[in-house]
Amino acid sequence: MTESSTKMTGSRAFIECLYREGVDTIFGYPGGVLLPIYDEIYDSSIRHILVRHEQSAAHAAEGYARATGKTGVCLATSGPGATNLVTGIANAYLDSIPMVAFTGQVPTALLGNDAFQEANITGITLPITKHNFLVQDANELPRIIKEAFHIASTGRPGPVLIDIPKDITTAEIDFYYPEKVELRGYNPTYQGNIQQIKKAAAEIKKAAKPVIYAGGGVISSDASTDLKEFAEKIQAPVTTTLTGMGAFPVEHKQFVGMLGMHGAKYANYAIQESDLLIAIGARFDDRVTGKLQSFATNAKIIHIDIDPAEISKNVKVDIPIVGDAKSILENLNKYVDKAQSDEWMNRVAHWKKEYPLHYVEPSSGEGIKPQFIIEQISEAAKDAIIVTEVGQHQMWAAQYFKFNKPRTFISSGGLGTMGYGFPAAIGAKVARPDKIVFDIAGDGSFQMSSQELATVVSEDIPVIIAIFNNGYLGMVRQWQELFYDKRYSSTCIQNSVDFVKLAEAYGALGIRATKKSEVRPAIEKAIASGRPTLIDFVVECEENVSPMVPAGAAINEILDLEKKE
Amino acid sequence: MRHTLSVLVENSHGVLTRVAGMFSRRGYNIDSLTVGVTEDPTVSRMTIVVRGDDDVLEQVTKQLNKLIEVIRVTDLKNEETVERELAMIKVKSDVNNRSEIMQIADIFRARIIDVAPRSMIIEVTGDETKIEAIEQLLRPFGIKEMVRTGKIALKRGAKGV
Repeated sequence: MTESSTKMTGSRAFIECLYREGVDTIFGYPGGVLLPIYDEIYDSSIRHILVRHEQSAAHAAEGYARATGKTGVCLATSGPGATNLVTGIANAYLDSIPMVAFTGQVPTALLGNDAFQEANITGITLPITKHNFLVQDANELPRIIKEAFHIASTGRPGPVLIDIPKDITTAEIDFYYPEKVELRGYNPTYQGNIQQIKKAAAEIKKAAKPVIYAGGGVISSDASTDLKEFAEKIQAPVTTTLTGMGAFPVEHKQFVGMLGMHGAKYANYAIQESDLLIAIGARFDDRVTGKLQSFATNAKIIHIDIDPAEISKNVKVDIPIVGDAKSILENLNKYVDKAQSDEWMNRVAHWKKEYPLHYVEPSSGEGIKPQFIIEQISEAAKDAIIVTEVGQHQMWAAQYFKFNKPRTFISSGGLGTMGYGFPAAIGAKVARPDKIVFDIAGDGSFQMSSQELATVVSEDIPVIIAIFNNGYLGMVRQWQELFYDKRYSSTCIQNSVDFVKLAEAYGALGIRATKKSEVRPAIEKAIASGRPTLIDFVVECEENVSPMVPAGAAINEILDLEKKE
Repeated sequence: MRHTLSVLVENSHGVLTRVAGMFSRRGYNIDSLTVGVTEDPTVSRMTIVVRGDDDVLEQVTKQLNKLIEVIRVTDLKNEETVERELAMIKVKSDVNNRSEIMQIADIFRARIIDVAPRSMIIEVTGDETKIEAIEQLLRPFGIKEMVRTGKIALKRGAKGV
């Protein structure tokens, strides 16, 4: 042992490790095997946010991570506590968000005995974590925590789980926190290969119709300014994925919106006509590519990604560059010139004018269109952090909010987790108390996490929940309307709860808006209140997300679905 | 097409589950998998025979490399390698055919490791085709049970993988 080693219990060591990792907040829920750890938390300077369901702890840790770039931390007890984290961990895994999840476990002597509240959480989370650990020797706890934070936050980020049996937390250890991590099987590549970068630059110079397709990787590597410089240098249109929203300013003249299933028509057209697609920190998800065989068939593909396993996974790549998006873009910017694309930018601008995102105003004049609410929030709180649940409202938020900065759009992309938004908004607001934080919610999604109203009130976390209340599980209803002859099987949830009263029951502010003229005042009242606030926007029931690429179609086979009044 | 991957991994608990889990989750087929400790007690070597075209092999290799406890992955397909597999075959036999079976074993440089009144166990080492060949010759006598280790392989010459 070195000079810095001191004797302490495992649970004390747990806190010491978190201090050393710079953790200021954890989201958690106590339980039997966590008693020693919670006893230490009681005296620590770490803020512990008690959620009302462990799943929210994982989502909140993710929201915290996405709002800051720091690793989010959550904590749950053994058995059901641990299994309740699973959805949140899977969500972080699919969206590559740095997170360390701690779970309590039954004492080592009872492992494998089907003991009370025992679940094999390392087994369960094996396919949805970047790595996981079961601590079997208390002396290894500090090293494991060090490695976990390192693995979660480097390379392609992701969730790491540490399962800590109760006797580990009470054992006395020689505390020693290693300064360096030594993992011979883990060496992520950061620097892109310079030959590949030069090849890419040459290809860009030759291209007549280049398109930049940016994903969440641009945000996680903090490469937004480099992306902007790159795009302006080569004068190519920029489209982003859902998780890439905010990586490039929406109001920039080169921005062509989100691509894919509910992307802008002009983004999809540009992709399909391009002769060079430059993918940066994106993974050619099926919601993006539509029918794979018809995706960007005229284009050569440059793919910049930190995860070599993403290269040519779905789409054959011509020039892969493995490494950190920021470092590669910095390098690439030294070599690139303007592409031969005046005509191309004009053509894209023409599409943008010809096929804008649009919706039809309600005939009565007083009904509320959901898109209108997003526009109003965007005007009233332009620097807000927008967190969403999953469904129609999520797509409207991505389409109509004018994101200008990274880390201002937080949404469940890969997993599509209903109930994600509210707890993730809690995490974001705790991380960025200076920001206005909205949870854009559906009446369905919100009810999956509504118990967290207790958390925001008791912890005084003034997030604003904007419920787009259409009385339906809207996205599924939309598919039933289009593809199942309007047979609305199990999607009508009208009048299930009075949301204003629900908010008030928890001690939050509840506001209802049923007319167009009430939308803006409701938003402003919520912002001014400085309290946890729920706005129940009663919106047009059967509004569809438009445009839309039907499942299995090519992305240029994109339909207008707006309702004619 | 079949490929033989030599995979060096941390000798820690759970690593086999991680590797096997990755294969099953991503739908890759394993023909055989052997694992054992190496000259370095902290490292185990897995020899995995996997079926698939070059694209599949590329993904398998990349996905293996993503596992934190995987230290190195080498595709032994096109390299100078020696491969061996060991099989034990329990054959029905009695005094009437014992010597005939022993002759077959002899030809394959296999060994008799158990003799009982109504059975024998033959141990044979070699590449896959050799084991299949002896199996075929023994089948008419009646194979009661059989076990194979799966392939292990090393690169020829001084250099390791």
